Amino acid sequence: MSTATAQIIPPQRKRPLSWKNIGQTILGGYVPLVAATLVVLLPLAWMIISSLKAPGEIVTTELTILPQHPTMQNYVDAATSVPFARFFLNSVIVTSIASVIKCFLAIVTAYALVFVRFPFKRAIFLLILVALMVPPQVSVLPNYILIAGLGGLNTYWGIILPGLGTAFGTFLLRQHFMTLPVSILESAEIDGANHWRRLWQIVFPISVPTIATVALVTIVTEWNDYIWPLIVVDNPNMMTLPVGLTLLSNSDSGSQAWGILMAGAVIVIVPILIIFAALQRYIVAGLTQGSVTG
Amino acid sequence: MSWLDAGGSHAAAEAAEKGDDDGTVHGGPGGPGDGRRGQVKPPRVGTARSSGRSRTGGKYWTPRARREALVFLALALPNIVLIAFFTYRPLFANMYYSTLDWTLGAAQATAIGWGNYVEFFTSSDASTVLGITAVFTLATVGGAMLLGLLVGIALNAKVKGQGFARSAIFAPYVLSGVGVGLVWLFIFDPVYGVLSWILRGFGASSPQWINDPKLALLMVIIVYVWKNLGYCAVIYLAGLQSMPKDLMEAASLDGAGSFRRFISITLPLLSPTTFFILITSLLSSLQAFDIIRIMTRTGNGTNTLIFESYLQAFSTYNRAGYSAAISVVLFVLLLLLTGLQLRFVERKVHYA
Repeated sequence: MSTATAQIIPPQRKRPLSWKNIGQTILGGYVPLVAATLVVLLPLAWMIISSLKAPGEIVTTELTILPQHPTMQNYVDAATSVPFARFFLNSVIVTSIASVIKCFLAIVTAYALVFVRFPFKRAIFLLILVALMVPPQVSVLPNYILIAGLGGLNTYWGIILPGLGTAFGTFLLRQHFMTLPVSILESAEIDGANHWRRLWQIVFPISVPTIATVALVTIVTEWNDYIWPLIVVDNPNMMTLPVGLTLLSNSDSGSQAWGILMAGAVIVIVPILIIFAALQRYIVAGLTQGSVTG
Repeated sequence: MSWLDAGGSHAAAEAAEKGDDDGTVHGGPGGPGDGRRGQVKPPRVGTARSSGRSRTGGKYWTPRARREALVFLALALPNIVLIAFFTYRPLFANMYYSTLDWTLGAAQATAIGWGNYVEFFTSSDASTVLGITAVFTLATVGGAMLLGLLVGIALNAKVKGQGFARSAIFAPYVLSGVGVGLVWLFIFDPVYGVLSWILRGFGASSPQWINDPKLALLMVIIVYVWKNLGYCAVIYLAGLQSMPKDLMEAASLDGAGSFRRFISITLPLLSPTTFFILITSLLSSLQAFDIIRIMTRTGNGTNTLIFESYLQAFSTYNRAGYSAAISVVLFVLLLLLTGLQLRFVERKVHYA
């Protein structure tokens, strides 16, 4: 039976360049791939194109695909109707401070969990693991009440502080540290290096790719963070970009302002798009961790 | 426990988990530079642990152990305190607030026990909000998984540009939901949007996406699926790529067609992947906020649990207690799903 089939199969496979095979490649490979890519890219392209159009080309039912006279006027208008430069600056400040602190905390916590002796490490790790599963959204109201009570509304520290504890980064780095060869650290200890030096001079340099993953995922998350800054800030001068965009979409009379809103969307989306394009390998690895990536 | 073993050669590090003394990954028992190099070998877990037990009995703290403990606290405590304070405390605080009749910002609150829950489940809110949550969650998870599987299969084809397509399709997943929501709101605009222009080309007029509650829900579902399908596709792709080739070849030698192979081999082998995506997607869909908030500001047929909880506390009514009760309901739902996921993680973890 199997020998008989084996004799039948080979002739079908002998001609890789037959019309049938080319047709199959195009239909089975390219068409769905191109379609899926277009579905993703076209709305983003539309955002950029629209942000460069003059109002007359947007507020019209006669659709023109490309702007006839590309203009940055929408960006200028966005900046004059709301403090847009300030939103951008706030986003940069909040994202960088929060990311640096979170990465630092993740590194030292993960190092302690793997390389330092302590009685209740397993319980502590479980606590962190469970925290990974607790959604930040359900903690919003109690944290708001606490931060408001401490006078943290409309402040940078009020935006940053509640999100600083990091379960995700700690977990990812701990899993990575467990795979490091113990022998390197042993010889360092014998050479008199204390924990601090072992961490920064040995563990850190050989873990750069994983730390980059944690850092990039943290940056993306902080930049896009919405519900907490939305609640804790109502002074335009302290708003981050996503919150500021909300203000912009509320303030302008709907349909007239699409060009300005698209300019705002470009400002919040394009920086992350550039980071993603350059370093997507790390980001995808971090965001899909736990799956069958292997 | 078992998932600790999954990584392979973690014998020493594993001991760090179990033992409370010498199992930890560090050098020989001597202090730094004391010249006892002869003792430094790859730590043998059994002896290291048993000697640790017998020597300290878990009671005494040698100076060295105390120093290690201090180092541990210095490194780990800030993070642990932050997590305890801003992740764990709110869970219990929510449960407490949910028993209060309390206007946010008011000095006085009345304890009403289960009152908020009774109100939620007996009013029309429960059926509306839970219904919308169910429709949104199932539609987004189902849609993103089905399309993600199809796109994952397409990505698995060995063709030029596969890498670019993979990145492009994943990209929306990392973008700001607020930005994405605005872009799609423009596309859906009944007068000036691209969609209405296309529909006019076919002689149809655009429906009122935002004003009609059913269509508003459909609209946020479409956008959410668009944003998340890349996540499903990339994980399905990883699952497809780790699939044993010989099984496929054996099946095709036995004369199974490609559809038959897909149904009888690929899908069953993908079931752990499917389960993983299912749970993580359910969790994130139940927490979806930014797209819903920016596209339907005050909620019009789009009041999922998380959005309703936000609206109750921070938008119109300032009802902190009622909002907390809805959060608790959401949390219980998430907890059940997380329990499922933990069982899965325990069975099968692959380190990223």
